[in-house]
Amino acid sequence: MTYEFDWSSIPGALPFLWDGMKISLVITAQAVVIGIVWGTLLAMMRLSSIKPLSWFAAGYVNLFRAVPLVMVLLWFFLIVPSFIETLLDFPPGTDLRLSSAMMGFALFESAYYSEIIRAGIQSVPKGQIAAASALGMNYAQAMRLVVLPQAFRNMVPLLLTQAIILFQDTSLVYVSALADFFGAAYKVGDRDGRLVELLLFAGAVYFVICFSASQIVKRLQKKYHPA
Amino acid sequence: MIKIANVSKHYGSFQVLKDCTTSVSKGEVIVVCGPSGSGKSTLIKCVNGLEPFQAGDIVVNGISVGDPKTNLSKLRAQVGMVFQNFELFPHMSITQNLAIAQVKVLKRSQDEAMDKGLKLLDRVGLKAQADKFPGQLSGGQQQRVAIARALAMDPICMLFDEPTSALDPEMVNEVLDVMTELAQEGMTMMCVTHEMGFAKRVANRVIFMDQGAIVEDDSKDAFFSNPRSERAQQFLAKILHH
Repeated sequence: MTYEFDWSSIPGALPFLWDGMKISLVITAQAVVIGIVWGTLLAMMRLSSIKPLSWFAAGYVNLFRAVPLVMVLLWFFLIVPSFIETLLDFPPGTDLRLSSAMMGFALFESAYYSEIIRAGIQSVPKGQIAAASALGMNYAQAMRLVVLPQAFRNMVPLLLTQAIILFQDTSLVYVSALADFFGAAYKVGDRDGRLVELLLFAGAVYFVICFSASQIVKRLQKKYHPA
Repeated sequence: MIKIANVSKHYGSFQVLKDCTTSVSKGEVIVVCGPSGSGKSTLIKCVNGLEPFQAGDIVVNGISVGDPKTNLSKLRAQVGMVFQNFELFPHMSITQNLAIAQVKVLKRSQDEAMDKGLKLLDRVGLKAQADKFPGQLSGGQQQRVAIARALAMDPICMLFDEPTSALDPEMVNEVLDVMTELAQEGMTMMCVTHEMGFAKRVANRVIFMDQGAIVEDDSKDAFFSNPRSERAQQFLAKILHH
Protein backbone atom coordinates (compact mmCIF):
# COMPACT_ATOMS: atom_id res chain seq x y z
CA MET A 1 0.00 0.00 0.00
CA THR A 2 1.40 3.40 -0.94
CA TYR A 3 0.75 6.72 0.72
CA GLU A 4 -1.78 8.82 -1.16
CA PHE A 5 -0.82 12.48 -1.13
CA ASP A 6 -3.68 14.90 -0.68
CA TRP A 7 -2.73 18.56 -0.90
CA SER A 8 -6.30 19.85 -0.83
CA SER A 9 -6.17 21.19 2.70
CA ILE A 10 -3.36 23.66 1.85
CA PRO A 11 -5.17 26.28 -0.30
CA GLY A 12 -7.84 26.92 2.31
CA ALA A 13 -5.23 27.14 5.06
CA LEU A 14 -3.08 29.73 3.28
CA PRO A 15 -4.41 32.80 5.17
CA PHE A 16 -3.75 31.03 8.47
CA LEU A 17 -0.29 29.99 7.32
CA TRP A 18 0.42 33.55 6.19
CA ASP A 19 -0.47 34.79 9.67
CA GLY A 20 2.06 32.29 11.00
CA MET A 21 4.67 33.50 8.55
CA LYS A 22 4.09 37.07 9.73
CA ILE A 23 4.79 35.99 13.30
CA SER A 24 7.97 34.18 12.19
CA LEU A 25 9.13 37.32 10.38
CA VAL A 26 8.32 39.57 13.34
CA ILE A 27 10.22 37.30 15.73
CA THR A 28 13.15 37.21 13.31
CA ALA A 29 13.15 40.98 12.90
CA GLN A 30 13.00 41.75 16.61
CA ALA A 31 15.67 39.15 17.39
CA VAL A 32 17.96 40.59 14.68
CA VAL A 33 17.50 44.14 15.97
CA ILE A 34 17.92 43.27 19.65
CA GLY A 35 20.67 40.81 18.75
CA ILE A 36 22.72 43.43 16.92
CA VAL A 37 22.21 46.20 19.50
CA TRP A 38 22.75 44.03 22.58
CA GLY A 39 25.37 41.96 20.75
CA THR A 40 27.35 45.13 19.95
CA LEU A 41 27.25 46.18 23.61
CA LEU A 42 28.32 42.68 24.68
CA ALA A 43 31.16 42.69 22.16
CA MET A 44 32.39 46.07 23.39
CA MET A 45 32.18 44.89 27.01
CA ARG A 46 34.09 41.74 26.13
CA LEU A 47 36.85 43.79 24.48
CA SER A 48 36.85 46.36 27.28
CA SER A 49 39.81 46.70 29.60
CA ILE A 50 37.39 46.93 32.54
CA LYS A 51 37.62 43.39 33.87
CA PRO A 52 34.14 42.94 35.43
CA LEU A 53 32.46 44.03 32.16
CA SER A 54 34.63 41.71 30.14
CA TRP A 55 33.95 38.80 32.52
CA PHE A 56 30.23 39.43 32.46
CA ALA A 57 30.12 39.45 28.65
CA ALA A 58 32.31 36.35 28.39
CA GLY A 59 30.10 34.52 30.91
CA TYR A 60 26.93 35.56 29.13
CA VAL A 61 28.15 34.49 25.70
CA ASN A 62 29.58 31.19 26.92
CA LEU A 63 26.42 30.35 28.85
CA PHE A 64 24.04 30.92 25.95
CA ARG A 65 26.30 29.23 23.45
CA ALA A 66 26.59 26.14 25.61
CA VAL A 67 22.88 25.41 26.10
CA PRO A 68 20.29 24.32 23.52
CA LEU A 69 17.97 27.02 22.18
CA VAL A 70 14.87 24.90 22.89
CA MET A 71 15.79 24.81 26.54
CA VAL A 72 16.26 28.57 26.73
CA LEU A 73 12.87 29.03 25.08
CA LEU A 74 11.24 26.77 27.64
CA TRP A 75 12.96 28.58 30.52
CA PHE A 76 11.66 31.87 29.26
CA PHE A 77 8.22 30.39 28.58
CA LEU A 78 7.72 28.46 31.80
CA ILE A 79 10.06 29.67 34.51
CA VAL A 80 10.94 33.30 33.88
CA PRO A 81 7.35 34.71 33.62
CA SER A 82 6.17 33.27 36.91
CA PHE A 83 9.41 34.40 38.49
CA ILE A 84 8.93 37.95 37.22
CA GLU A 85 5.29 37.97 38.22
CA THR A 86 6.12 37.02 41.80
CA LEU A 87 9.09 39.33 41.91
CA LEU A 88 7.40 42.42 40.52
CA ASP A 89 3.97 41.59 41.94
CA PHE A 90 2.10 41.81 38.63
CA PRO A 91 -1.70 41.65 38.80
CA PRO A 92 -2.93 38.10 38.16
CA GLY A 93 -3.91 37.45 34.58
CA THR A 94 -0.95 39.28 33.03
CA ASP A 95 0.39 36.84 30.46
CA LEU A 96 4.07 37.39 30.02
CA ARG A 97 4.78 34.01 28.52
CA LEU A 98 4.86 34.86 24.85
CA SER A 99 6.75 38.12 25.11
CA SER A 100 9.09 36.41 27.53
CA ALA A 101 9.73 33.58 25.07
CA MET A 102 10.43 36.10 22.33
CA MET A 103 12.79 37.96 24.64
CA GLY A 104 14.58 34.73 25.47
CA PHE A 105 15.01 34.06 21.78
CA ALA A 106 16.52 37.51 21.22
CA LEU A 107 18.82 37.22 24.23
CA PHE A 108 20.01 33.82 23.01
CA GLU A 109 20.76 35.09 19.52
CA SER A 110 22.58 38.13 20.97
CA ALA A 111 25.30 35.77 22.18
CA TYR A 112 25.93 34.62 18.61
CA TYR A 113 25.72 38.16 17.23
CA SER A 114 28.17 39.42 19.82
CA GLU A 115 30.78 36.91 18.65
CA ILE A 116 30.35 37.99 15.03
CA ILE A 117 30.57 41.65 16.02
CA ARG A 118 33.58 41.06 18.24
CA ALA A 119 35.43 39.50 15.31
CA GLY A 120 34.30 42.44 13.15
CA ILE A 121 35.65 45.00 15.63
CA GLN A 122 38.93 43.10 15.84
CA SER A 123 39.18 43.10 12.05
CA VAL A 124 39.63 46.88 12.09
CA PRO A 125 43.36 47.70 12.32
CA LYS A 126 44.49 49.02 15.73
CA GLY A 127 46.03 52.05 14.01
CA GLN A 128 42.55 53.34 13.25
CA ILE A 129 41.79 53.78 16.96
CA ALA A 130 45.20 55.39 17.42
CA ALA A 131 44.52 57.81 14.57
CA ALA A 132 41.08 58.69 15.91
CA SER A 133 42.51 59.21 19.41
CA ALA A 134 45.37 61.28 18.04
CA LEU A 135 42.77 63.61 16.50
CA GLY A 136 41.29 64.15 19.95
CA MET A 137 38.34 61.79 19.75
CA ASN A 138 37.41 60.04 22.98
CA TYR A 139 36.90 56.27 23.08
CA ALA A 140 33.16 56.45 22.39
CA GLN A 141 33.62 58.76 19.40
CA ALA A 142 36.42 56.62 18.01
CA MET A 143 34.23 53.52 18.27
CA ARG A 144 31.08 55.14 16.88
CA LEU A 145 32.61 57.18 14.07
CA VAL A 146 35.62 55.14 13.02
CA VAL A 147 35.69 51.54 14.23
CA LEU A 148 32.07 50.36 14.21
CA PRO A 149 31.19 51.63 10.71
CA GLN A 150 34.15 49.72 9.30
CA ALA A 151 33.45 46.69 11.46
CA PHE A 152 29.82 46.52 10.33
CA ARG A 153 30.79 46.90 6.70
CA ASN A 154 33.10 43.91 7.05
CA MET A 155 30.41 41.99 8.92
CA VAL A 156 27.35 42.52 6.72
CA PRO A 157 27.51 39.10 4.99
CA LEU A 158 27.96 37.28 8.31
CA LEU A 159 25.18 39.24 9.99
CA LEU A 160 22.81 38.41 7.15
CA THR A 161 23.81 34.75 7.17
CA GLN A 162 23.14 34.69 10.90
CA ALA A 163 19.72 36.28 10.25
CA ILE A 164 18.89 33.42 7.88
CA ILE A 165 19.89 30.84 10.49
CA LEU A 166 17.85 32.80 12.99
CA PHE A 167 14.80 32.68 10.73
CA GLN A 168 15.07 28.90 10.65
CA ASP A 169 15.53 28.81 14.41
CA THR A 170 12.25 30.68 14.91
CA SER A 171 10.50 27.37 14.17
CA LEU A 172 11.60 26.26 17.63
CA VAL A 173 9.23 28.72 19.28
CA TYR A 174 6.49 26.17 18.60
CA VAL A 175 7.45 24.69 21.98
CA SER A 176 6.09 27.84 23.57
CA ALA A 177 2.78 27.55 21.70
CA LEU A 178 3.50 30.55 19.50
CA ALA A 179 1.72 30.07 16.17
CA ASP A 180 4.66 30.88 13.92
CA PHE A 181 4.74 29.52 10.37
CA PHE A 182 5.97 26.10 11.41
CA GLY A 183 3.50 25.93 14.31
CA ALA A 184 0.65 26.96 12.01
CA ALA A 185 1.56 24.31 9.43
CA TYR A 186 1.72 21.69 12.15
CA LYS A 187 -1.69 22.68 13.50
CA VAL A 188 -3.35 22.54 10.08
CA GLY A 189 -1.75 19.18 9.31
CA ASP A 190 -2.79 17.81 12.66
CA ARG A 191 -6.36 19.06 12.28
CA ASP A 192 -6.83 17.64 8.77
CA GLY A 193 -4.81 14.46 9.29
CA ARG A 194 -2.43 15.68 6.58
CA LEU A 195 0.71 16.23 8.62
CA VAL A 196 3.04 14.80 5.94
CA GLU A 197 1.79 17.16 3.23
CA LEU A 198 1.82 20.21 5.47
CA LEU A 199 5.33 19.52 6.79
CA LEU A 200 6.63 18.94 3.26
CA PHE A 201 4.99 22.17 2.17
CA ALA A 202 6.43 24.10 5.14
CA GLY A 203 9.86 22.64 4.44
CA ALA A 204 9.65 23.74 0.81
CA VAL A 205 8.70 27.28 1.86
CA TYR A 206 11.61 27.48 4.36
CA PHE A 207 13.94 26.17 1.70
CA VAL A 208 12.86 28.66 -0.97
CA ILE A 209 13.11 31.63 1.40
CA CYS A 210 16.42 30.70 2.99
CA PHE A 211 18.08 29.51 -0.20
CA SER A 212 17.17 32.67 -2.12
CA ALA A 213 18.22 34.84 0.80
CA SER A 214 21.61 33.15 0.99
CA GLN A 215 22.06 33.59 -2.78
CA ILE A 216 21.38 37.31 -2.35
CA VAL A 217 23.96 37.46 0.46
CA LYS A 218 26.49 35.74 -1.81
CA ARG A 219 25.89 38.33 -4.51
CA LEU A 220 26.23 41.20 -2.05
CA GLN A 221 29.46 39.69 -0.83
CA LYS A 222 30.84 39.49 -4.36
CA LYS A 223 29.82 43.05 -5.05
CA TYR A 224 31.38 44.58 -1.94
CA HIS A 225 34.27 42.22 -1.24
CA PRO A 226 35.31 41.03 -4.68
CA ALA A 227 38.49 39.37 -3.44
CA MET B 1 56.87 73.23 24.11
CA ILE B 2 57.59 69.54 24.79
CA LYS B 3 59.56 68.46 27.86
CA ILE B 4 60.40 64.79 28.25
CA ALA B 5 61.86 64.06 31.66
CA ASN B 6 63.26 60.69 32.77
CA VAL B 7 60.64 58.67 30.91
CA SER B 8 60.83 54.90 31.28
CA LYS B 9 58.50 52.25 29.95
CA HIS B 10 58.35 48.49 30.40
CA TYR B 11 56.50 45.66 28.74
CA GLY B 12 56.68 43.15 31.57
CA SER B 13 60.37 42.76 32.30
CA PHE B 14 61.41 44.20 28.93
CA GLN B 15 62.39 47.85 29.14
CA VAL B 16 61.40 49.75 25.98
CA LEU B 17 62.39 53.21 27.15
CA LYS B 18 65.22 53.88 29.58
CA ASP B 19 65.24 57.17 31.41
CA CYS B 20 64.73 59.34 28.34
CA THR B 21 65.13 63.08 28.79
CA THR B 22 64.99 65.76 26.13
CA SER B 23 62.97 68.79 25.12
CA VAL B 24 61.64 70.51 22.03
CA SER B 25 61.31 74.29 21.94
CA LYS B 26 58.73 76.20 19.98
CA GLY B 27 59.54 76.24 16.28
CA GLU B 28 62.21 73.58 16.58
CA VAL B 29 62.40 70.58 14.24
CA ILE B 30 63.78 67.47 15.88
CA VAL B 31 64.59 64.28 14.01
CA VAL B 32 64.62 61.07 16.05
CA CYS B 33 66.55 58.24 14.47
CA GLY B 34 68.08 54.94 15.44
CA PRO B 35 67.99 51.25 14.57
CA SER B 36 64.62 49.49 14.55
CA GLY B 37 63.52 48.41 18.00
CA SER B 38 65.38 51.29 19.60
CA GLY B 39 62.17 52.75 21.04
CA LYS B 40 61.93 55.86 18.89
CA SER B 41 58.32 55.22 17.77
CA THR B 42 57.35 54.34 21.33
CA LEU B 43 58.88 57.57 22.60
CA ILE B 44 57.00 59.74 20.10
CA LYS B 45 53.73 57.95 20.92
CA CYS B 46 54.29 58.71 24.59
CA VAL B 47 54.29 62.43 23.78
CA ASN B 48 50.54 62.46 23.10
CA GLY B 49 49.79 59.62 25.49
CA LEU B 50 48.99 56.98 22.86
CA GLU B 51 51.51 54.82 24.72
CA PRO B 52 51.41 54.92 28.51
CA PHE B 53 54.70 55.09 30.41
CA GLN B 54 55.49 54.05 33.96
CA ALA B 55 58.10 56.53 35.12
CA GLY B 56 59.04 60.14 34.47
CA ASP B 57 56.78 62.72 32.89
CA ILE B 58 56.15 64.49 29.62
CA VAL B 59 54.83 68.04 29.61
CA VAL B 60 53.32 69.42 26.42
CA ASN B 61 52.52 73.12 26.37
CA GLY B 62 52.35 73.11 30.16
CA ILE B 63 50.08 70.05 30.40
CA SER B 64 51.38 66.86 32.01
CA VAL B 65 50.75 63.78 29.86
CA GLY B 66 51.45 61.35 32.69
CA ASP B 67 49.03 62.96 35.14
CA PRO B 68 45.94 60.70 35.36
CA LYS B 69 43.76 63.81 35.78
CA THR B 70 44.81 65.19 32.39
CA ASN B 71 42.12 65.08 29.72
CA LEU B 72 44.23 63.29 27.10
CA SER B 73 41.66 63.73 24.32
CA LYS B 74 41.79 67.48 24.79
CA LEU B 75 45.57 67.47 24.70
CA ARG B 76 45.70 65.22 21.63
CA ALA B 77 43.35 67.55 19.76
CA GLN B 78 46.16 70.13 19.92
CA VAL B 79 48.97 67.78 18.94
CA GLY B 80 49.00 66.62 15.33
CA MET B 81 50.21 63.13 14.59
CA VAL B 82 51.08 61.40 11.33
CA PHE B 83 51.47 57.62 11.24
CA GLN B 84 53.58 55.23 9.24
CA ASN B 85 50.49 53.62 7.68
CA PHE B 86 48.60 56.90 7.09
CA GLU B 87 45.52 55.62 8.96
CA LEU B 88 43.05 57.62 6.95
CA PHE B 89 39.50 56.45 7.62
CA PRO B 90 38.72 54.21 4.62
CA HIS B 91 34.94 54.49 4.92
CA MET B 92 34.98 58.28 4.53
CA SER B 93 35.75 60.49 1.55
CA ILE B 94 38.87 62.65 1.66
CA THR B 95 36.85 65.73 2.66
CA GLN B 96 35.06 63.79 5.40
CA ASN B 97 38.42 62.58 6.67
CA LEU B 98 39.54 66.19 6.90
CA ALA B 99 36.33 67.47 8.49
CA ILE B 100 35.25 64.80 10.95
CA ALA B 101 37.49 65.64 13.91
CA GLN B 102 37.07 69.39 13.36
CA VAL B 103 33.30 68.94 13.67
CA LYS B 104 33.16 66.29 16.37
CA VAL B 105 36.08 67.39 18.53
CA LEU B 106 36.51 71.12 17.93
CA LYS B 107 32.75 71.62 17.36
CA ARG B 108 33.29 73.63 14.20
CA SER B 109 30.39 73.88 11.79
CA GLN B 110 30.35 71.47 8.85
CA ASP B 111 30.86 74.37 6.39
CA GLU B 112 33.75 75.84 8.30
CA ALA B 113 35.40 72.41 8.58
CA MET B 114 34.94 71.70 4.87
CA ASP B 115 36.40 75.09 3.99
CA LYS B 116 39.42 74.59 6.18
CA GLY B 117 39.86 71.03 4.91
CA LEU B 118 39.79 72.07 1.28
CA LYS B 119 42.27 74.87 1.88
CA LEU B 120 44.73 72.45 3.44
CA LEU B 121 44.09 69.89 0.73
CA ASP B 122 45.01 72.55 -1.79
CA ARG B 123 48.14 73.28 0.18
CA VAL B 124 49.33 69.67 -0.06
CA GLY B 125 48.45 69.75 -3.76
CA LEU B 126 45.48 67.37 -3.71
CA LYS B 127 42.44 69.55 -4.21
CA ALA B 128 41.41 67.48 -7.22
CA GLN B 129 41.08 64.37 -5.02
CA ALA B 130 38.60 65.90 -2.56
CA ASP B 131 35.70 63.59 -3.35
CA LYS B 132 37.67 60.37 -3.67
CA PHE B 133 38.12 57.74 -1.00
CA PRO B 134 41.48 56.90 0.60
CA GLY B 135 41.69 53.57 -1.23
CA GLN B 136 41.70 55.40 -4.55
CA LEU B 137 44.83 57.41 -3.73
CA SER B 138 48.50 56.42 -3.87
CA GLY B 139 50.43 56.00 -0.63
CA GLY B 140 52.15 59.35 -1.03
CA GLN B 141 48.85 61.09 -1.65
CA GLN B 142 47.27 59.39 1.37
CA GLN B 143 50.10 60.50 3.59
CA ARG B 144 49.75 64.08 2.36
CA VAL B 145 46.02 63.93 3.17
CA ALA B 146 46.93 62.58 6.62
CA ILE B 147 49.21 65.59 7.16
CA ALA B 148 46.43 67.94 6.03
CA ARG B 149 44.00 66.16 8.37
CA ALA B 150 46.33 66.76 11.31
CA LEU B 151 46.90 70.39 10.31
CA ALA B 152 43.15 71.01 10.11
CA MET B 153 43.06 70.82 13.90
CA ASP B 154 45.42 73.84 14.13
CA PRO B 155 47.97 71.87 16.15
CA ILE B 156 50.57 73.55 18.34
CA CYS B 157 53.10 70.93 17.29
CA MET B 158 53.31 67.92 14.97
CA LEU B 159 54.54 64.39 15.61
CA PHE B 160 55.63 62.24 12.67
CA ASP B 161 56.07 58.51 13.21
CA GLU B 162 58.11 57.19 10.26
CA PRO B 163 55.89 59.00 7.76
CA THR B 164 57.74 57.72 4.68
CA SER B 165 58.65 54.17 5.73
CA ALA B 166 55.60 52.56 4.13
CA LEU B 167 55.97 54.44 0.85
CA ASP B 168 57.36 53.40 -2.49
CA PRO B 169 60.66 55.23 -3.07
CA GLU B 170 59.28 57.51 -5.77
CA MET B 171 56.64 58.84 -3.37
CA VAL B 172 58.93 59.69 -0.48
CA ASN B 173 59.86 63.12 -1.75
CA GLU B 174 56.34 64.46 -2.22
CA VAL B 175 55.73 63.80 1.49
CA LEU B 176 59.10 65.16 2.59
CA ASP B 177 58.45 68.31 0.55
CA VAL B 178 55.25 68.97 2.47
CA MET B 179 57.07 68.37 5.75
CA THR B 180 59.94 70.65 4.73
CA GLU B 181 57.52 73.43 3.86
CA LEU B 182 55.82 72.98 7.20
CA ALA B 183 59.15 73.19 9.02
CA GLN B 184 60.09 76.34 7.16
CA GLU B 185 56.84 77.96 8.25
CA GLY B 186 57.92 77.49 11.83
CA MET B 187 55.90 74.47 12.92
CA THR B 188 57.28 72.69 15.97
CA MET B 189 58.00 69.16 14.77
CA MET B 190 59.25 65.89 16.19
CA CYS B 191 59.92 63.38 13.41
CA VAL B 192 60.90 59.76 13.69
CA THR B 193 62.49 59.05 10.33
CA HIS B 194 65.34 57.34 8.54
CA GLU B 195 65.48 60.10 5.94
CA MET B 196 68.86 61.57 6.74
CA GLY B 197 68.64 63.96 3.79
CA PHE B 198 65.55 65.48 5.37
CA ALA B 199 67.33 65.67 8.72
CA LYS B 200 70.30 67.43 7.14
CA ARG B 201 68.04 69.89 5.33
CA VAL B 202 65.56 70.91 7.99
CA ALA B 203 66.35 69.52 11.44
CA ASN B 204 67.62 71.74 14.20
CA ARG B 205 68.59 68.80 16.37
CA VAL B 206 68.99 65.08 15.93
CA ILE B 207 68.23 62.56 18.66
CA PHE B 208 69.80 59.14 18.24
CA MET B 209 68.28 56.27 20.19
CA ASP B 210 69.55 52.78 20.84
CA GLN B 211 68.01 50.05 22.99
CA GLY B 212 65.47 52.38 24.53
CA ALA B 213 67.90 55.07 25.56
CA ILE B 214 68.69 58.47 24.07
CA VAL B 215 72.34 58.05 23.12
CA GLU B 216 72.89 61.35 21.33
CA ASP B 217 70.96 64.59 21.46
CA ASP B 218 72.89 67.11 19.47
CA SER B 219 72.69 69.88 16.91
CA LYS B 220 72.35 68.60 13.38
CA ASP B 221 75.84 69.66 12.36
CA ALA B 222 77.51 68.10 15.37
CA PHE B 223 75.58 64.87 14.87
CA PHE B 224 76.43 64.41 11.22
CA SER B 225 80.02 65.64 11.28
CA ASN B 226 81.13 64.25 14.58
CA PRO B 227 78.84 61.72 16.28
CA ARG B 228 80.16 60.98 19.74
CA SER B 229 78.95 57.44 20.36
CA GLU B 230 80.30 54.44 18.52
CA ARG B 231 76.74 53.18 18.00
CA ALA B 232 75.73 56.37 16.19
CA GLN B 233 78.86 56.28 14.10
CA GLN B 234 78.06 52.73 12.98
CA PHE B 235 74.45 53.67 12.29
CA LEU B 236 75.42 56.66 10.18
CA ALA B 237 78.04 54.66 8.33
CA LYS B 238 75.42 52.07 7.41
CA ILE B 239 72.69 54.45 6.47
CA LEU B 240 74.77 57.00 4.54
CA HIS B 241 77.13 54.80 2.54
CA HIS B 242 75.25 52.10 0.76
